[in-house]
Amino acid sequence: MPAVQETIDKVKAIDVDQYKYGFVTDIESDRGAKGLSEETVRFLSAKKNEPEWMTEWRLDALRRFRQMEEPTWARVSYPKIDLDDLYYWASPKSVEGPKSLDEVDPELLATYEKLGIPLREQEILAGVEPKNRVAVDAVFDSVSVVTTFKEELKKAGVIFCSISEALREYPDLVKKYLGSVVPVTDNYYATLNSAVFSDGSFVYVPEGVRCPMELSTYFRINEQNTGQFERTLIIAEKGAYVSYLEGCTAPQRDENQLHAAVVELVALDDAEIKYSTVQNWFPGDKNGKGGIYNFVTKRGDCRGKNSKISWTQVETGSAITWKYPSCILRGENSRGEFYSIAVSNGYQQVDSGTKMIHLGKNSSSRIISKGISAGKSQNTYRGLVSAHRKASNARNFTQCDSLLIGQDCGAHTVPYIESKNASAQFEHEATTSKISDDQMFYCLQRGLSEEEAVALIVNGFVKDVIQQLPMEFAVEAQKLISISLEGSVG
Amino acid sequence: MNASAPIKHTQAESDLLERFDSAKEGLSGSVAVKALREAALGQIRDRGLPHRRVEEYKYSDLRAYMKSAAPLAGAADEAAARSLIETQDGFGDLDRYRIVVANGSYLAALSDVEALASEGVTLTSVAEALAGEMGTKLVAAPKTGPSDGVIALNTAFLQGGVVITVKSGVEVSKPVELVQVATAKGAQSVRNRVELGEGAKLRLLETFVGDTGEGELNTVFDYELADKSALAATRLIVSKTDAAQLFTTIATIGAEAELKSLGFIAGPQFSRNQQFINFTGENSEAKIYGVTMAGGKSLADQTLIVDHAVPHCNSREFFKTVLDGEAKGVYQGRINVAQHAQKTDGEMMTQALLLSEDAEMANKPELEIFADDVLCAHGATSGQIDEDLLFYLRARGIPEDEAKTLLVLAFLSEAIEEYGEDDVTEGLEARVRDWLADH
Repeated sequence: MPAVQETIDKVKAIDVDQYKYGFVTDIESDRGAKGLSEETVRFLSAKKNEPEWMTEWRLDALRRFRQMEEPTWARVSYPKIDLDDLYYWASPKSVEGPKSLDEVDPELLATYEKLGIPLREQEILAGVEPKNRVAVDAVFDSVSVVTTFKEELKKAGVIFCSISEALREYPDLVKKYLGSVVPVTDNYYATLNSAVFSDGSFVYVPEGVRCPMELSTYFRINEQNTGQFERTLIIAEKGAYVSYLEGCTAPQRDENQLHAAVVELVALDDAEIKYSTVQNWFPGDKNGKGGIYNFVTKRGDCRGKNSKISWTQVETGSAITWKYPSCILRGENSRGEFYSIAVSNGYQQVDSGTKMIHLGKNSSSRIISKGISAGKSQNTYRGLVSAHRKASNARNFTQCDSLLIGQDCGAHTVPYIESKNASAQFEHEATTSKISDDQMFYCLQRGLSEEEAVALIVNGFVKDVIQQLPMEFAVEAQKLISISLEGSVG
Repeated sequence: MNASAPIKHTQAESDLLERFDSAKEGLSGSVAVKALREAALGQIRDRGLPHRRVEEYKYSDLRAYMKSAAPLAGAADEAAARSLIETQDGFGDLDRYRIVVANGSYLAALSDVEALASEGVTLTSVAEALAGEMGTKLVAAPKTGPSDGVIALNTAFLQGGVVITVKSGVEVSKPVELVQVATAKGAQSVRNRVELGEGAKLRLLETFVGDTGEGELNTVFDYELADKSALAATRLIVSKTDAAQLFTTIATIGAEAELKSLGFIAGPQFSRNQQFINFTGENSEAKIYGVTMAGGKSLADQTLIVDHAVPHCNSREFFKTVLDGEAKGVYQGRINVAQHAQKTDGEMMTQALLLSEDAEMANKPELEIFADDVLCAHGATSGQIDEDLLFYLRARGIPEDEAKTLLVLAFLSEAIEEYGEDDVTEGLEARVRDWLADH
């Protein structure tokens, strides 16, 4: 079992507080003034050459944001974030329109190498002619640095670019869909994002097109004190298909960093969007110091008939996660899926889950959530499944299992299941347990060490979800889970 | 949103404040109890009745439901109470002892005081106890969740009730029916306490007869189970009334003890049966069942928090709901497992059957677990009658209505049978049939 051996080696090599991706790249950076204000928003918008309506949209969001209060219902606790002590604009200086890869700061390329971006993508970034194509829209701090394969995608009619660029080149598309899934005032963090979002990806797949490659974005928080406010918008027209991969790593910091992203997906008739995430931001050190605050709003709208949106996530990082990728199943026969693995160790706090809102006839959804808590962490699944009056024959199956490793952690399940239609059929099951002594005994008896045994059993526990990930991610995800659980036994 | 801002009182809330002013002289209690009453009313004054923005009442908005609040019911007429009990008995042949609480106060004259005393069961009036040292113990209930609005309402207006004390080692030979009666219209606020001594066993049947008119019925049961004791409590909430039916259980379970309970709801427009179960001793068990039937525009809420604060305890929760018309069913259940409560085994199941297009069900089964060596699971389903089963029965010549009745009865009986108190099984199933005949 070479893959397992590799996992174990990784685990051995890395200590909890020796975060693999904990380094700071020294690139001169261009920052706006500290603090959240109308000036900041105007400055940000001007820096990005945004159209007038966009500036207004942001200002409107800021005004509404001022009326809102920070939500407290999630099972997470953290010191109050001082929004006026953050920079809302930071961009690596080298970004001023690189004509080719050679012009990209070599430090940046080195960063990606250290990040362990899959080999193929590294080749792309290094300018090597690729065999198998994966397009990378890499976000380094707040601005997309390199967008590869854009031209090739363009041939297929697929638009894949940064949202800033989309605002300049396809303003009508952005205007039509931005904020249509996650309204400006949806929640506290989404509203903040609407006012100050820095950058993110924009994907548009036209009618009948099957996107020729997996689209992928690597987010990276680098500049100290920089709040990251990504905004992603993906639109699949009638009959289109797109698979989008998102992965995150961040350097080690003592100070907590706020990340409040918004992701909006729109699937029209017969379209399908698959959105996969591997999130591995800095979770804080052994003593719970530092780490990223990850407050994300992700929502997909199955607007058309027979449309499908599938969320897959592997959450191993961040000090605090507050994230509920959801599906609005508006179209007839539409389908939503949510596959999640949330691993928490150390002092991590995870409050994550999904919402499946059934509006259309014969809509169906499936939720598989696997939570693993170790160390002194708290791991909560919070989910909503609801069928509205007109959602005849809606179907849902939910399974959420929790695994506890150690005596100081907690696992919680908070599902809301609301059925307003008699023909809707909902099934929900949840279990919480620890790794059984029998399983451990069986493995140990066969010569595995305790850590190897735990890694093996945990990988079996999450198998259902791992299977849903694209190949490149599946391997990475398995490694991440093992690394995250390092130090949880013995 | 701001907690400190004064709220605008609804008609019912204004009525309640007025009710308190006119009733407070007559409400019994020591100085300490009176202070607790004032504090409880202060909570209603400051926060209002519980409403949908309060998480625990998300689906059962009492504030929106209660349009007005009638004054408290006056003293009961003994003869009227006797005749109501005799004519409205739902368990005809059942041989049992009876304890009566009429219009909010314990009525010794109609209770089997001597027969119970000979078995080792003593009865004490709560209204009298409130004035003495016991008073604060009765009112300041332990661990009831975060300042529950319904309990506050109960405390503020508490009229009386009965304390049933079963001596250590006594196994009461017959079931005991605690019947609450309304001989006149008006709200009732009752607190009953059941104290089981070590090794004591009691089968309790909690019923209600009469009509409170527009006044809410608010009853709190406080069960205290000493080590090795066993209580089986069957609660019927079956009045066909518009008055809000509010029932609360606060149970404290000692070591090696067993609590079994069944909450049966059929009939009221607005009902909430909330239970707070606390384990304080090891190796104990709680089996909580619920059978709910709701039709028309009614709302039926079964809410439950089981707190595993000590290791080696088991809990089973099994709730069945059948909904018709535009009725709304609510199930909220939570199993808490504290950090040192290792070897806890908790299993929760809630199932709903929706018979009509417009019925709706909200299920919220929660787990909150801080210990690692536990086995906890919950399940929730909702759907309509299985067409295949219906077809099977009809193909065998059973008319559709009858086939549906059979299936619903079978569905609900699962909980009644697992509860397994043979004394009441027949009576409960008869009530299920009656309800189905009406819907």
